[in-house]
Amino acid sequence: MSNTQNNLEKLQNQKYKYGFTSDIETESFPKGLSEDVIRKISSIKNEPKFMTDFRLKAYKQFLDMEAPTWANVDFPKIDMQEIIYYSAPKTKISKDSLDEVDPEILKTYSKLGIPIEEQMRLEGIAVDAIFDSVSVANTHKKALAEIGIIFCSISEAIQEHPELVKKYIGTVIPSSDNYFATLNSAVFSDGTFVYIPPNTKCPLELSTNFRINTEGSGQFERTLIICDENSYVSYLEGCTAPAFDTNQLHAANVELIVMKNAEIKYSTVQNWYAGDENGKGGIYNFVTKRAICQGDNSKVSWTQVETGSAITWKYPSCILKGDNSIGEFYSVALTNNLQQADTGTKMIHLGKNTKSTIVSKGISAGRSDNTYRGLVKIGPNAANARNYTQCDSMLIGSKCSANTTPYIEVSNNTANIEHEASTSKISEDQLFYLNQRGISTEDAISTIISGFCKDVFKELPGEFAAEANQLMALKLENSVG
Amino acid sequence: MSIIEIKNLEAVIDTEESNTQILKGLNLTINAGEVHAIMGPNGSGKSTLSKVLAGHPDYRITKGEVIFQGKNLLDLDPDERANSGLFLAFQYPVEIPGVNNLNFLRMAYNSKMKFNNQEEMDPLDFDDFIEEKLNILKMKPEFLERNLNEGFSGGEKKKNEILQLLTLNPSLAILDETDSGLDIDALRVVSEGINAYRNKNNAVLLITHYQRLLDYVEPDYVHVLSGGKIIKTGDKTLALELEKEGYAIV
Repeated sequence: MSNTQNNLEKLQNQKYKYGFTSDIETESFPKGLSEDVIRKISSIKNEPKFMTDFRLKAYKQFLDMEAPTWANVDFPKIDMQEIIYYSAPKTKISKDSLDEVDPEILKTYSKLGIPIEEQMRLEGIAVDAIFDSVSVANTHKKALAEIGIIFCSISEAIQEHPELVKKYIGTVIPSSDNYFATLNSAVFSDGTFVYIPPNTKCPLELSTNFRINTEGSGQFERTLIICDENSYVSYLEGCTAPAFDTNQLHAANVELIVMKNAEIKYSTVQNWYAGDENGKGGIYNFVTKRAICQGDNSKVSWTQVETGSAITWKYPSCILKGDNSIGEFYSVALTNNLQQADTGTKMIHLGKNTKSTIVSKGISAGRSDNTYRGLVKIGPNAANARNYTQCDSMLIGSKCSANTTPYIEVSNNTANIEHEASTSKISEDQLFYLNQRGISTEDAISTIISGFCKDVFKELPGEFAAEANQLMALKLENSVG
Repeated sequence: MSIIEIKNLEAVIDTEESNTQILKGLNLTINAGEVHAIMGPNGSGKSTLSKVLAGHPDYRITKGEVIFQGKNLLDLDPDERANSGLFLAFQYPVEIPGVNNLNFLRMAYNSKMKFNNQEEMDPLDFDDFIEEKLNILKMKPEFLERNLNEGFSGGEKKKNEILQLLTLNPSLAILDETDSGLDIDALRVVSEGINAYRNKNNAVLLITHYQRLLDYVEPDYVHVLSGGKIIKTGDKTLALELEKEGYAIV
């Protein structure tokens, strides 16, 4: 018994292996937020007027807003004037060749295990990398451009495809949407833009890696993906940050637009710095992600593996507007030590015969809090809408908590909604059984956890499923027994 | 050559709910090539003995020692005991949802190889290796694709325990009521599995309530455990007598 408890506690004190900082000269704005700062961000990026106006409108809306307090997370009020809103590597950034990227940045990425090299092409992955506020490398752009796919930083898209950006930005997440999304709309520094033309199956997994390097800087990236009729794209984002004692704010917006018969698969492996075992430092991950299934028979699938951040507050959502459209949400959220996560999804059924699936797996260890919060809303015109929700929580140790808060609103009596929920613990008998087969306690725990998460991990593209398993094992090392 | 020597073993169950002495000075030596059966009334300590030997955290040793192949067994963690060659077939194998049976078997096998500084087996070779074991137990390959014990019938769980026995090929196999809950056909298959495992270098400790298993797996010694110690030892005829007369005769 006590042996078990000791092992459990040992497992919980795992060092964050991405906690290094890179020695790269950066150009940062002074701390603070003002109209002037927003104009400066817009002008340094040489943005057209519509973009400056978009930002300023959001800023004005933001001034009247308060930080939301309904989530089951607890943190001191963030002083928005203490944040650096723009930080970029000083070296000139090349868009065409990796040879010209600061070798320190490439070294950072290789430490993270992200090879941004030509070999990525062989693996079928095209990568965009965001370092602090700007996009530093974008591979395979040319090859993709040949078939009409645009995959570039959002800054570049604003310059080169302003008509597309203007048409779609803010259409899924309006600038007044919520406190953090509105802040993002005002100050977003960079991010990723993807456009898949009609009748095109994107031949590569597209991937972005985000990294926050400058202490005290916020990262406000903006992702906009449009998948036109009869097309398909799979997109993966990964996130890391150095270990600083201060909390850093990450407030991203992701908008997905899916046309008729099209599909976007969006996967996230989030491993931002979570703070130390006493809850000092770590990323505040306040993210707004939303997709609209605009056309009939369209599909969006969100898969997220959330293991990092001091606080995670995100609800990747689907607006199922087209008839027969499908929304899916597969989530694993792991919290350890003093981490807090309040995460889930919103499935808004507007079209007929729309269908949504929610599979959420929450794992709490240490003294962490883990909440699933989800909304299933069936509109009056959504005849024969269907939803299936499964929320499973696993508790490791006796000092953590797991909560499930489902909201269901139905305005059409032909809807069919199923909700299943369970809470379990890793039992001593399971551990003993695996131990008795020669499997160490740490391996036994990660085996049990990966079994628990299987329904979600199988949705991740190829090798990332294995990576997710390793990441879970790493995050829980020294945590159970 | 002795595989295991249990000397004057005393153990208590040590949980929040209970703190009771169960083993009260148990002595038992098992040599290579031997099959020992332990019988005894309910609550006599049979299952406790198997769990204590495997290192279950609910039990605390208060006295005695156990020498397992020259090592002090009680100094080892449960996984080290397993990798040193001690195997326990559980009376109630637990379900581990989502964990693929084949991956689990390979992981267990390779844990042992690694522990003993031997080369781990790659998945393709392991497929061939395991197929041979499946055949012994007349199990279908689909069995491997299921999740570990999840939704298995009682008989399937027991067969899966014997599949693990054949896979890990330990020096001592402790079988805790492996025969209970099996129909006649399953009992035969399981027994054939146990016999396929046996050789002159390993040993079997059978814990059972019923004589019928001993028709298939013939014991060299039968012990009666009662009140936390062995009170009588005989050959296989003792099991027959017990079956007929009950524990009143000892």
